[in-house]
Amino acid sequence: MRKILKYTLFDLLRSRWNYIYFGFYLVFTMSLLMLSGDVSTVIISLMNVILILCPLIATIFGVMYAYNSREFTVLLLAQPIKRSAIFWGQYFGLALSLSLCLLLGIGLPFLYYGLSSSGATWEFLTLLGNGLLLTFIFSGLAFLIALRNDNKIRGFGLAILTWLFFAVVYDGIVLLLLLFFRDYPLENAALGLSILNPIDLSRILILLKLDISALMGYTGAVFQKFFGTIWGSVVAVLSLGFWVLIPVISIRMLSNKKDF
Amino acid sequence: MIKIQNLHKAFGKNTVLNGIDLHIKEGGRITAVLGPNGSGKTTLIKSILGMVIPDAGSIHVQGQAIAGQWQYRAAIDYLPQIAQFPENLTVRELITMIKDIRQAVPRDEKLIERFGLESYLDERLVNLSGGTKQKVNLTLAFMYDSPLVILDEPTSGLDPVAMVRLRALIRQEKQAGKTIMITTHIMSFVEEIADDIVFLLDGKIYFQGAIQTLKEQQQETNLERAIASILDQTPSSLPAQVLAS
Repeated sequence: MRKILKYTLFDLLRSRWNYIYFGFYLVFTMSLLMLSGDVSTVIISLMNVILILCPLIATIFGVMYAYNSREFTVLLLAQPIKRSAIFWGQYFGLALSLSLCLLLGIGLPFLYYGLSSSGATWEFLTLLGNGLLLTFIFSGLAFLIALRNDNKIRGFGLAILTWLFFAVVYDGIVLLLLLFFRDYPLENAALGLSILNPIDLSRILILLKLDISALMGYTGAVFQKFFGTIWGSVVAVLSLGFWVLIPVISIRMLSNKKDF
Repeated sequence: MIKIQNLHKAFGKNTVLNGIDLHIKEGGRITAVLGPNGSGKTTLIKSILGMVIPDAGSIHVQGQAIAGQWQYRAAIDYLPQIAQFPENLTVRELITMIKDIRQAVPRDEKLIERFGLESYLDERLVNLSGGTKQKVNLTLAFMYDSPLVILDEPTSGLDPVAMVRLRALIRQEKQAGKTIMITTHIMSFVEEIADDIVFLLDGKIYFQGAIQTLKEQQQETNLERAIASILDQTPSSLPAQVLAS
């Protein structure tokens, strides 16, 4: 698996799109830091960008890469190498190359601006960690969708719909549910529902770290009470870890059964 | 070398292989797998390589059942039909990668020379023409001295010079005692290079044996006509466009 990962990374790190993605983060973070001057404020602004953009880009790149490398995968399949090694190598190569863009794109400006002296190191690391987890989760889901669907248009559509569902539609549904059942105690249900969506989960983790959960009103207090504890954080991180594992394990299962 | 018993494969409702029994003996012979489009040639080859997982039946390569295995592929050189590589790698990096994976003694330098790829080694694969990509593809396929060579449409996109060199290379491999399987649509190429023929139609083998036997059996002097006469004898199972051609 390491060999496939290495060469996938070689290939992707030279791709124009990766540079554009990296450049975007670099310029965006730099200008926010220059304009605002306050590290905590910049972290909040970046949060909104990262929560939407990381999953979206990971989804699009994931599907594109999986379809583009189709014929090459066939060549690899003819080599004496395990199937799961090929697909895991490609997936981790993809996720790592995107992660590097994010890491360097927002990391360098913060370091340059003096992150260590700002006292917001933990907040920044939470933001970065969540961005990386979302990259792994959504590129994995996209890879999985591309593996399942031989039809490119259909695969692309499904991947975008998956992103749209988690980024936008899910919150709408939760809101409707809460409105519909407003006569009942919903704290635990709201907690449960947010665990099921990786983007929501990341948002909560970052907001709590930034200590602005009061902005979320009563729900914020409930979340603070749960996720603010050690137990709550463990559950949140485990859930995100679980979200990473789902595509990784499914890729393995599917790759063993698929015809090429 | 290769033993296939009662192989079945369907993609959804479309039955592609319908009870294939095939035995290819070891050493020094070239077998051409022929048949109209959609007759199951590529699926058969991909089943041997473990890319397509059969619904029923068994495949043995060098006496070993291949289901769920991957190590046996070290004994196979394979040339895929479409040459498509990671765009941003150079030719040299791609060759290094395959060497890295296979960990056997390579002979890439002679092949690079044979197909005139020296000046392309540091080019990115995305910048290569279709024919040059096919040459890279051939270099990768023949890079190891494996006893079984499987070529899926090896002639596609090649210029005449490369064709001549490819033919010489295939003959050389044959003389080295290798078992070679080829699929192609070019009958003159088959007639010139192959010893045996496997003729597939609707997922079944209609003929297996030496080219000469086929010609004698069909009382034709030309391979193309002999094949056509098999098609004429089995009109009920044929799609209209095959009959028309």
